[in-house]
Amino acid sequence: MKKRNSRSTLEKSRRRIVVPRSKPRRFYGHGIPGVDLNKLAGKLIVVEGADGSGRSTQIARLVEWLEGSGHATVQIGLSRSTLVSEELAQAKLGNILSHTTLSLFYATDFADQLENIILPGLRAGFMVLADRYIYTLMVRDLVRGMDEAWLKNLYGIAPVPDAVFYLNVSPEELVQRNFSKTHSLDYWESGMDLGLSRDMFDSFLKYQALMGKEFLRLQSTYGFTIVDAHRSVDEINFELRKKISAVLTGK
Amino acid sequence: MAAAKLFPVKTFAELNFPGRLIAVEGLDGSGKSTQIYLLKRWLELQGLKVFFSEWNSSQIVKAATSKGKKRELLSPTTFSLIHATDFADRYERQLVPLLRAGYIVLCDRYIFTAFARDTVRGCPPEWVRGIYNFAALPDLTFFFKANLEVSLQRILSGRPELKYFEAGMDLRLSTDPYESFRIFQGRILEQYLAMSTEFKFLVINANQRIEEQQSIVRDLIRAKINLASFRAQNPIAA
Repeated sequence: MKKRNSRSTLEKSRRRIVVPRSKPRRFYGHGIPGVDLNKLAGKLIVVEGADGSGRSTQIARLVEWLEGSGHATVQIGLSRSTLVSEELAQAKLGNILSHTTLSLFYATDFADQLENIILPGLRAGFMVLADRYIYTLMVRDLVRGMDEAWLKNLYGIAPVPDAVFYLNVSPEELVQRNFSKTHSLDYWESGMDLGLSRDMFDSFLKYQALMGKEFLRLQSTYGFTIVDAHRSVDEINFELRKKISAVLTGK
Repeated sequence: MAAAKLFPVKTFAELNFPGRLIAVEGLDGSGKSTQIYLLKRWLELQGLKVFFSEWNSSQIVKAATSKGKKRELLSPTTFSLIHATDFADRYERQLVPLLRAGYIVLCDRYIFTAFARDTVRGCPPEWVRGIYNFAALPDLTFFFKANLEVSLQRILSGRPELKYFEAGMDLRLSTDPYESFRIFQGRILEQYLAMSTEFKFLVINANQRIEEQQSIVRDLIRAKINLASFRAQNPIAA
């Protein structure tokens, strides 16, 4: 294992640094006023998946690999905006906001990061790695019965990414991974607000199954790459790198 | 999937709510807050169940909005979204339940404020309207149309310190806040007038005396809502 790693590092250092090929970019809908899409030279790579699907591990590996290959990176994730992240955390704690309100609060958080991190990053030619994107936000709302057309209009502000990976893990496996990490299940990740079951374990399984189903349904519209994330970290990362390399070289 | 509904199309009465929603719109300084206050007093004194709601007043969202405004963190998109969040919170947790319970809800500004301001800030109008399509239309919308100079004078004489977003400084219309405010208000007025027919605004000449305006407002409400039978159907809890 160690030997193979050091050899590949050496090979890599001899390789020429790839300058990413530009491709025409578009927004999903109305977009952001005043943004020149032709000036977004960087690449936007999204990793989606439930908590425990290995998103952050994979992103950390990708950052290392991309930086080693000479690409500058920047990361974003949900509820990390300067504008509303604190208020959002507070609102979630009390479970006091109704669906449309919470949904718009998340959209505000996303828009703030979009305008302050994603778009400037892409303009500066960075590889922007998103730990979840509009799809998680949409799927969460869809399983709660929100109108799909409304969500599509709302998130029409988002640029279409260059690659979207959905790390697919069965709900049964997710439970085990969450327990081995924290020995507890998160209220929201268990969909407790939906009243699927008063038993948190049951609710988690049902909720994650609903989320997974909705993601797979959206796959046909948004064309993400479904990644079997039951495999080892290395195997998964190899698959992601292969796809991202193709994005960078424009193949 | 059903075709996308671009903007709200039905009023609360048309949706069979027992309550009624009355909105007032107009530029800052048009005197609409005075008029809605007098309207509230009139309705209350007749023994009707009345609730008053102000634009941008949801407690939870307020902290984020004021931080965003104070630190000038808002873009046209986030400005629009954070106000939509505020509106949704009030709409879902207060307005709708009260209207279900037979209240007359008075709103100092409603979705048309967002339509006008966000469009002036450059947000696509269809996008803004689509976001607010969860909300029903008011049963009556009064638009207080004042002479632009009169509105400007009222604001500029009483409160010389203009806030950044209030003056539309984010639009870079002018480096002078007063000049910026004038241009900004002028553009908002254009947007209001463009919506006036579409959303059946009841246009009140706000250059008249307070009493004259109030008397027109009350007449229009009496013509639309039978207040005696409304009160009989929606009595105040003992």
